[in-house]
Amino acid sequence: MNQSLPKLTLKDFASDQEVRWCPGCGDYAILKTIQKLMPQLDRPRENQVFVSGIGCSSRFPYYMNTYGFHTIHGRAPAIATGVKLANPELDVWVITGDGDGFSIGGNHMMHAIRRNVDLQILLFNNEIYGLTKGQYSPTSQPGTRSPSSPEGSIDAPLAPCTLVLGSGASFVARSIDTEAKHLSAVVAQSHAHQGTGFVEILQNCPIYNDGIFEQVKDKKVAANFKVEVEHGAPIVFGTESDKAIRLDRQTLQLEVVPVAGNEQDILVHDETNKTLAQLLAAMSGPDFPVAVGVLYREQKTSFVEDVTQRLTAARADSATLADLLHSGHTWQVD
Amino acid sequence: MELAEEKLDEHHLDEKEVVDVVVRFAGDSGDGMQLTGANFTQATALYGNDLSTFPDFPAEIRAPVGATFGVSAFQIYFGAEDVTTAGDAIDVLVAMNPAALVTNLDNLVDGGLIIVDTGAFTAKNLAKAKYQGNPLEDGSLAAYRMFQIDIHSQVLKAVEAFGLSHKEALRCKNMWTLGLVMWLFDRERQATIDSLKAKFGHKPQIADANIAALNAGHAYGETAELPAGIHVYKVPKANVLPGTYRNITGTTALAWGLIAAAELAEIDLLFASYPITPASNLLHELVGRRQFRVSTFQAEDEIAAVCAAIGASFAGSLGVTSSAGPGIALKAEGIALAAASELPLVVVNTQRGGPSTGLPTKTEQSDLNMALFGRHADTPIPVIATSTSTDCFEVAIEAVRLATKYMTPVMLLSDGYLANAAEPWKIPDPTSLKPFPVAHLSETEGFKPSNRDQETLARVWAKPGTAGLEHRIGGIERSYDSGNISYDPANHQKMTDLRQAKVAGIAADIPLQEVCEGEESGKLAIVGWGSTFGAIHQAVKRARAEGLDVSHVHVRYLAPLPANLGELLARFEAVLVPEMNTGQLIRVLRAEYLIDADGVNKVAGQPFKIGEILAAIHQKYASLTAQAGPAS
Repeated sequence: MNQSLPKLTLKDFASDQEVRWCPGCGDYAILKTIQKLMPQLDRPRENQVFVSGIGCSSRFPYYMNTYGFHTIHGRAPAIATGVKLANPELDVWVITGDGDGFSIGGNHMMHAIRRNVDLQILLFNNEIYGLTKGQYSPTSQPGTRSPSSPEGSIDAPLAPCTLVLGSGASFVARSIDTEAKHLSAVVAQSHAHQGTGFVEILQNCPIYNDGIFEQVKDKKVAANFKVEVEHGAPIVFGTESDKAIRLDRQTLQLEVVPVAGNEQDILVHDETNKTLAQLLAAMSGPDFPVAVGVLYREQKTSFVEDVTQRLTAARADSATLADLLHSGHTWQVD
Repeated sequence: MELAEEKLDEHHLDEKEVVDVVVRFAGDSGDGMQLTGANFTQATALYGNDLSTFPDFPAEIRAPVGATFGVSAFQIYFGAEDVTTAGDAIDVLVAMNPAALVTNLDNLVDGGLIIVDTGAFTAKNLAKAKYQGNPLEDGSLAAYRMFQIDIHSQVLKAVEAFGLSHKEALRCKNMWTLGLVMWLFDRERQATIDSLKAKFGHKPQIADANIAALNAGHAYGETAELPAGIHVYKVPKANVLPGTYRNITGTTALAWGLIAAAELAEIDLLFASYPITPASNLLHELVGRRQFRVSTFQAEDEIAAVCAAIGASFAGSLGVTSSAGPGIALKAEGIALAAASELPLVVVNTQRGGPSTGLPTKTEQSDLNMALFGRHADTPIPVIATSTSTDCFEVAIEAVRLATKYMTPVMLLSDGYLANAAEPWKIPDPTSLKPFPVAHLSETEGFKPSNRDQETLARVWAKPGTAGLEHRIGGIERSYDSGNISYDPANHQKMTDLRQAKVAGIAADIPLQEVCEGEESGKLAIVGWGSTFGAIHQAVKRARAEGLDVSHVHVRYLAPLPANLGELLARFEAVLVPEMNTGQLIRVLRAEYLIDADGVNKVAGQPFKIGEILAAIHQKYASLTAQAGPAS
């Protein structure tokens, strides 16, 4: 088992299929980052399985030269669970979008998370339905004008990271499509985590929701609108690193304060603190920066580990079919 | 054809030695009637009678005490000859309260025996059963033999020594009654005593009290002064093939069939399901069998269950999912994905009364249309049906064989009756079962995910973890040649034709249709499928004994149909198709073979009675004879 794996490169993980996303789609950047990360994970290529549902992001598996299964709308977490149960040796990745994962497939997402199956879930959140031509999604901002909401949407959006935290997630992180270095580091940590890793990737749809994340992506101003959290580090942001997050202990709310004069009160990120993770995950503009990085990490036994353990214990006893068929009351007719 | 019923001439209790008997235990859903019936069944099997059972319970888990809708019953038909149904009419009715009496009296034969617990015939319970007066006193039961006992006080006396609470003591009523019925039919109590000891191993006091109640009921029969016409009945042993036997329900036989199939296929099996009546027991049976090549997964819903099964199949195991009608409807999109991506999958449908929630605890066979046609697009899949509880074992193996050999989803149809009904089973020798080892692909040379066996048309099964066989599949139409996405019009035609041809080709790999009773040509063929087997079998036997030219054809393979079925049916003057639906197989037979056929249809949540099939045979036979005119 310890024999060294063949040295692979990005090219070894690119399939021969022509990529068919729209020009400028954030999915291209994510694909490149994942293809580049793969050799660094030092895992056999044949053990990588990408499972997706339906939507633009769900075409992802076709472009990876690994095992891949493009399934049905919203069901990728359930199918991935079956793959992982059948062979726990595999690294099973779920590629999903905001519609696929949190609208039609919300139920499966919740249960894949709470079971802690040991999957890698990558959510491409572009806050819109792309493949069906631009309708608003469950993460669209209120007032989103779309073919199905010409006067602006009136649905309240959900925040995926808060939802998965509420479902008992053991690893929750957020990153940005074009921030290759950050995204790669976050996904690598998710992969290393024992249990289900959930990574929300803010992804631009240049056709139907262009620029929705511009503030957190634009190098010139992004530092004012996002905060990169790191375990053990004070939560500070701003182009001049002059703003910080503080916890108001009376109201249990976060607040943005200047660094100057508040040095002692600045919140230090603790990725093992679920309450803090919920507060950070819920931060959004215009009053708060968007938190990126590993929001929460908890070491606990995964579902697959428990299942495997029980299976191994049950199979320690030898069993024959004849014993089963003759178990309980039988009688002889001569 | 209008459903009529012929009363069969069966007054079983007139003689001391009787050929066969139907006993029905009925009481409150909390009275333990199912346990009573199961123990009586075991004793009857050990005695050597052939038998068939029919547990009939309400959907309510604990209905209000004494309510008619809370009556739970267990019927057993046993005798010296082959028994294939739970019996048309009741010879012995055990009624633990007025509700149990009023709901079952209609099915009791004249001269039948009623055993009642007078202790439960209180004003309150009589009112709950909507009795104006007390039937035990007003002469309304004069047509029956009555055995009235205050079982309440008898059982309290019998278990006095064990220091139980009043409530706990009364819970032993069912065992007291069982003891009495065992005396009535000369059954041995030892197996029940052993199972009580095992069941209440952690509460020896309760076990001892139940055993004492059982013995007291038996002793009551031996020693009490009995009403005229009540005595021990002897039912001769059945003449059955030598071998080792056990009782088995359809659910257990199906579960064990899946376990056996996994061994024969040399493959791990993941059973993924979501609880639903009456299918859940399959999950319960398999969860404790992980020492074999099966594991179970209780999914968050029906869709997740079929999807997890498909995922397991993609990963190289065999995914199996299970449900009843409404749940199968939810799985439809997943089944079509398995068909499109050509992955093996077994879907077990334990049919129940519908539509919608319908009659969850009652039986029906109305999902045939859904099994055959209930998917979007042209999505053919093989459909097979089990006809008896013991048949479930073999059919489960066959479903796995077809799914793995042809890389296709297979629908296995069972129903609520078969799932719960038990019958004796001659235990097969596992070495007599033919292995069909699955070969996952390992050869990387020339690999394409679209490669297929030119004979079976099955796609290759390349499982993740195999170096050099990395590939992508999915629900989008794939190129016949490369397996990559293809929107090419000619390719879609080719792939659609391929999917049809693959399933149609299975007809060459299944047995030709046989006639299971009667001649291979003649006047009238009765064509059935599924759990109607028992009633049709008995009705055809009786009709043939009367000299009628009637044959029984029972179809296991519903898609594709056996290659010779059309030709076989054409050899009969007329065809009758009894179904527990409004006519689903009959439409297929008419459409496929352009033959005329009459339906005999029943959707009452109850299995057919022999008398109902027999009446239909007589009616059809009479019309055929009339058409033919006077004999020349």
